[in-house]
Amino acid sequence: MVYLTRKAEFSASHYYHNPAFTPEENARIFGKCNNPNGHGHNYTLEVTVKGAVDPKSGFVVDLKQLKDVMSREVLDALDHRFLNKEVPEFFTKIPTTENLAIAIWQRLAPKLNAAQLHRVRVYETPDLFVDFYGEA
Amino acid sequence: MKAHLTRRYMFSASHRLHSDEMSVEENRATYGKCNNPYGHGHNYTIEVTVSGPVDDQTGMVCNLVDLDGFVHSQILERYDHQNLNVLPEFARQVPTTENLCVAIYEIVKRGFRKAHLEKIRIEETMMNSFEYSGE
Repeated sequence: MVYLTRKAEFSASHYYHNPAFTPEENARIFGKCNNPNGHGHNYTLEVTVKGAVDPKSGFVVDLKQLKDVMSREVLDALDHRFLNKEVPEFFTKIPTTENLAIAIWQRLAPKLNAAQLHRVRVYETPDLFVDFYGEA
Repeated sequence: MKAHLTRRYMFSASHRLHSDEMSVEENRATYGKCNNPYGHGHNYTIEVTVSGPVDDQTGMVCNLVDLDGFVHSQILERYDHQNLNVLPEFARQVPTTENLCVAIYEIVKRGFRKAHLEKIRIEETMMNSFEYSGE
C-alpha cells in the first residue's frame, strides 16, 4: 500500500451563522467569523489516496486523472466563491473548515475509481487545518 | 461525522541536555553541543490535534476560542521565554523535545475537556519533529 498526496489551493469567502441561534449567541459562539458580509481565506487542500502500486505503470493512481477530478469537483466549485451563497452544501451547513473537509470528501469519493480516498486535509491558514478520513 | 482539527502555536525557550546519572564525559558524548552548561534555545512550534464529532449546530469539533484559550494559558504562558531546565517537570527529567512532547500531552489531556486529544507534535527546528499520542 502506497499513499499519494496531491495539493491544490483555492481562495473563498465565508461567514459562520446559525439561524437557530439568537444574534447574541451567534456573536458569542462565532465571534468575528459571524460578520454577515463574509471574510476570506487562501485554503490549501491536500488529497491523499492509497492503493497498491500498479506493476505496469508504477503508479498508485494516474496523477493527471486525480488532478482533473480535483479541479472539476472541488476547485471549479469553490475557488473564488462565497461558500455560504454559491455552494449548495453550505446553504444549510456552516462552512467551517470541518464541514469543508467533509464536503470535499463527499465530492471526491464517488469520482475516484482507481484509487481509494484516504484523507482530505484542508488548511484554512498555515496554523489551522482539519483532517477527515471518511469516519462516521 | 468525526474530524480531526490541528492548530499550530509557537513559543521560544532555552534548555540544556544533561543527565546527572552520567559522567561529564558521557554527557558530552551523548548530548554533544546540547550539553553546553550555559544552555541554548529554540523556536518551538507545537501542533495540537483534537478530534470529535462535528457538532450539527456549530459545524465545529470544538470552538477554537476554547482551544486557543487553554493552550495560551496552560502551555504558552508556562513555556514561552523560559528556561525549561528550571521547571518542575524537568527537575528529574532531561528537557529533550521527546520529554517536552509528553509533558505537553499530559497537560492538555488532563485539562482540556472540549474535545478528545489525539496527538501533540513539536518541531524543535525545521529539521526535527516529535510526536506523542499517549502510547
